[in-house]
Amino acid sequence: MKVLYFSWMRERVGLAEEDVDLPAGVDDVAGLIEWMKTRGSGFEGAFTEMVVVRTAVNQVHVDLSHPIENGDEVAFFPPVTGGAR
Amino acid sequence: MIRVQTEDFDAGAEIAAMRLRITDAGGLCSFIGVVREGAGPEKIIAMSLEHYPGMTETELARIEDEARERWPLEDVAIIHRIGRLVPGDQIVLVLTASAHRKAAIESAEFLIDWLKTKAPFWKSEETATEARWVAARASDDEAAAKWD
Repeated sequence: MKVLYFSWMRERVGLAEEDVDLPAGVDDVAGLIEWMKTRGSGFEGAFTEMVVVRTAVNQVHVDLSHPIENGDEVAFFPPVTGGAR
Repeated sequence: MIRVQTEDFDAGAEIAAMRLRITDAGGLCSFIGVVREGAGPEKIIAMSLEHYPGMTETELARIEDEARERWPLEDVAIIHRIGRLVPGDQIVLVLTASAHRKAAIESAEFLIDWLKTKAPFWKSEETATEARWVAARASDDEAAAKWD
């Protein structure tokens, strides 16, 4: 599974992207995030404020209950801020 | 037409191209987003935009499709820049063309509102003393939600 991080989540995690083997028992976004938080202080810091964490699976915005499987492309990022003021 | 690019765009040329491409539009509406210095105590000297290549284009196309379903549009163009920009630089161009003005104007507003809350772009701002990520604003979510 490919995991990508953007904006300050990338900075906190210290990675732009990585290949991850989906841990046993994890089958949705919420489960993946719980596992992410156990991967060290950078990850813990990135996923602390869940109100500002957004997820896309296979390049589509999803919510925490969205299913995931190995082979998916998962991206984590803060709320988007494009366009003009 | 959707483009995500580092280089600047020529809004006049894009409008002229659309006008010549579409012969049955009674009105074109354009919106140009521009980098501001900001009203805060510390002036913004630059901003940098990053995006999620692939998803950005898909999401912008989805937003365009949504606009075309809601309004009878002859044409739509969205150009969004990425990279480092300074105050006065153009960030985004939204162009719509329709037989009648109301559809062109309303759909352009819809496109910019939805783009702001759905397309995966992130801005950081530089002042003389620091660089910081721009936080999303509740007012942007409200502007997008009024179209739900």
